[in-house]
Amino acid sequence: MSRTTRRKILSSAFVAFCAGSVIVALVPLGFILFFVITQGIRALNVAFFVHMPKPVGEPGGGMANAIVGTLMVSGLAALMAVPIGVVSGVYMSEYGGTKFASVIRFAADTLNGVPSIVIGVFAYGVAVLPFKQFSALAGGFALGVMMIPIIARTTEELLLLVPGAMREGALALGATRASAVFSVVLPAALPGIVTGIVLALARIAGETAPLLFTSFNNRFFTTDLRQPIATMTVQVFTYAISPYDDWHRQAWAGALVLVVIVLVCSLLARVATRRLERMHARG
Amino acid sequence: MRSSTSRSIVAAALVAALGATLGAQRIQINGAGATFPNPIYSKWFDEYNKAHPNVAINYQSVGSGAGIRQIQAQTVFFGASDGPMTNEQLQQAPGKILHFPTVLGAVVPVYNIPNVTAALKFSGPVLADIFLGKITKWNDPQISKLNAGVNLPATDITVVHRSDGSGTTYIWVDYLSKVAPEFLKKVGVNTAVNWPTGVGGKGNEGVAGLVRQSPGSLGYVELIYALQNKISYGSVQSMAGEFVTASVQTVTAAANEASSKMPADFRVSITNAPGNGVYPISSFTWLLLYENPKDKAQSKAMVDFLKWALTDGQRYCGDLGYAPLPESVVKLEMAALARVKTS
Amino acid sequence: MRSKDLGFRVATGAFALVLVALVCAIGFELARQSMASIQKFGFNFWRTDVWDPVAGQFGALPFIWGTLYSSILALAIATPIALGIAVFIAELCPAALRQPLVFLTELLAAIPSIVYGLWGIFVLVPAIRAFETSIPGALRQLPLFSGPPLGVGMLSAALILAVMVIPFTSSVSREVLKSVPAAQREGAYALGATRFEAIRAALYYARTGIVGAVMLGFGRALGETMAVTMVIGNNPRVSLSLFAPQYTMAAVIANEFTEAADELYLAALVEIGLVLFIITLVVNSLSRLLIWSMTRSAVVLQTPEPTETPAAA
Repeated sequence: MSRTTRRKILSSAFVAFCAGSVIVALVPLGFILFFVITQGIRALNVAFFVHMPKPVGEPGGGMANAIVGTLMVSGLAALMAVPIGVVSGVYMSEYGGTKFASVIRFAADTLNGVPSIVIGVFAYGVAVLPFKQFSALAGGFALGVMMIPIIARTTEELLLLVPGAMREGALALGATRASAVFSVVLPAALPGIVTGIVLALARIAGETAPLLFTSFNNRFFTTDLRQPIATMTVQVFTYAISPYDDWHRQAWAGALVLVVIVLVCSLLARVATRRLERMHARG
Repeated sequence: MRSSTSRSIVAAALVAALGATLGAQRIQINGAGATFPNPIYSKWFDEYNKAHPNVAINYQSVGSGAGIRQIQAQTVFFGASDGPMTNEQLQQAPGKILHFPTVLGAVVPVYNIPNVTAALKFSGPVLADIFLGKITKWNDPQISKLNAGVNLPATDITVVHRSDGSGTTYIWVDYLSKVAPEFLKKVGVNTAVNWPTGVGGKGNEGVAGLVRQSPGSLGYVELIYALQNKISYGSVQSMAGEFVTASVQTVTAAANEASSKMPADFRVSITNAPGNGVYPISSFTWLLLYENPKDKAQSKAMVDFLKWALTDGQRYCGDLGYAPLPESVVKLEMAALARVKTS
Repeated sequence: MRSKDLGFRVATGAFALVLVALVCAIGFELARQSMASIQKFGFNFWRTDVWDPVAGQFGALPFIWGTLYSSILALAIATPIALGIAVFIAELCPAALRQPLVFLTELLAAIPSIVYGLWGIFVLVPAIRAFETSIPGALRQLPLFSGPPLGVGMLSAALILAVMVIPFTSSVSREVLKSVPAAQREGAYALGATRFEAIRAALYYARTGIVGAVMLGFGRALGETMAVTMVIGNNPRVSLSLFAPQYTMAAVIANEFTEAADELYLAALVEIGLVLFIITLVVNSLSRLLIWSMTRSAVVLQTPEPTETPAAA
């Protein structure tokens, strides 16, 4: 065949390969979602959300304490990470050109890449051993350490997107750098930053490894932050490796709740980002 | 906007403080350790909490090794283990730790062989050889010899053991080391050992789960895990030569000889016990408490719980496949409990 | 500089310093806790394959082997697919499909590791077991396929890791491809290149960044814990077989950390964590460096100047 035909065939094959890769990647996604939804729906009932776990081998019971626990630990993490992350992002966007900012950026990316189990070991040494206590606070600390770099980078990127004219306008009117940032630039970027925080929350709510040695687990319901606390991820893990069918069903239900949370947050983030882009394109 | 944000921050802080104070009114005691007694412990703690709603005992079944570690580090109030702490481990703890036997249980060999529903017979040396990796197929002559009339397939044996530090492992290797000198030399006795072969599962739950899902596998779990999950388990040859199946009676029989000679610290091994009708892989399981703990309120609550567990609590044993403690042992323990400082 | 501005700079800078402090603190804390093991075993720690808590003998070779084997295998499976997706979304797909596809790949990345693990135990492992049992006896003799068909083992771990790595490599590659100057592609098409040839030119141009994206995926695979722990079989043995249960650094820490019953055992586990930290640090830094250097030079070339004719076809 002519060289041209050969080249055309090669090109079509390549295009087919790329399209095929998309399908290949979507297959496991579909599989996972299918199983999580079908298996999880079966065990999802009011009891799941309202009841405590039952003793080993007794059917029934739910994950109420774990759901509250996940909310509490994630809330603690956000409380710790949002101020530090946002202000770090402000620094990196305002003084981004300096060597120091590059070091900060490098540290943020490094921290992002640290395996979550290593963060768990770190948090154990720093937040558990000295107090001789597994606690929700330690779990929140571990997750907070993971959230800080995510929020810092997202904040930096979003602040940089705000048109320079806004900052310069404020400065030209005699504002200090601080009030220019906090009164003008930050509010403009706020929807995006909030989106970033929501996404970061969705990500750490699904973490298991750092909680294994920090917040540990708790069969009972507790609001005491200095005590170990149940979380959905650790509970799903405990149930999954057990031999009890009832616990397996509850594990699927827990996984379904986690996936729904992630899905909702991702969708919200998409919608918010789209609206932001449209706003910026107009203004 | 700024004033409403500060108002919501104050509100959030108040809620957190309220939560913390509410939590302090009830007594929460944290313990961790053996998965072996988890079924009965979780039943006990549940029942006790129903009778005493202000006492919540949170027990995490993470393995005896973890229980010993956590009590040494004092990150939990009490530990639980089916392998008694060694002298070195006791020395590493910042204070004196006491052992309190709670129930008796059995470790059974569980297996999953497609199309074989009969209860297989095992001898100590055969089990040791399987776990050493010397016997690798189900239809090996040494196994068929003990099980005449059972059609064993030529499938590979997948050994399943614990991946975490486990008192159940301790009981199992303690027995195998007594009946097979090579096992003692190659593997030894501890809560976590260097297994020559096999796959690791986390906790009794993990091993039971793996055996249940893997055809051709052989593992070891506490009796109740085999019963609750309807996994086949075999009988084991006792020192007297009989093939004994684990049950409340055969486990109680294993404790008879030891109870008459119980040491003061209650650390005793009853595997491979002599006598008739004795299940050879039986053991006590212990709760580990500091003699002089810092939190006296928790100490008092824990001692009260133990007194209940050693008397009223024992009636839950049978249903869950454990054997209640002999009377003589309970009497000795009640006396020993007085040593724990509650004020 | 006005004093208020200086105060602002110092205050925000102090917050930003927390990031650096955390990284240093992690490294320091890990080193401190693993001192006992470092002093006792030295470099032999990395060459010994015996992990015996009873005898106090700790060698981390099985875990390094398991981590590298599973991650490299996962990378081999995931990279072509991830690049195919990146190319499709960035270059080939109709505009209407772009957003939904990007969303779906993000979803793949957002699914929690524990959910992957759950699916792994109950769906993937039995499927792999069926696959392993169906392999003909002749093939079974090869060291690559030896051992009883358990389902749990290296193959399952590598497959799950591959699925988890794909979205990372794919989205970073997409970003990298976007920064290739349009002039590159347009020049190729002007010379009569087929789609494949034009894209190949772009890929070649972006090769440093793509290598960086692949390494980022590698770093992700190295540190993955939960999904791997649940399907790899937890057996610290160096083995070439895809069917053999093995162990990774992250998995052994997760399983044995809370129960390391003596100081040396704990120190050995923390030392494994320290090495995992250092390896991921090196891999991630290298990858960021590659990506950054590529996107920076691409931006420089975006400024209008006569472009050289790229070698097409």
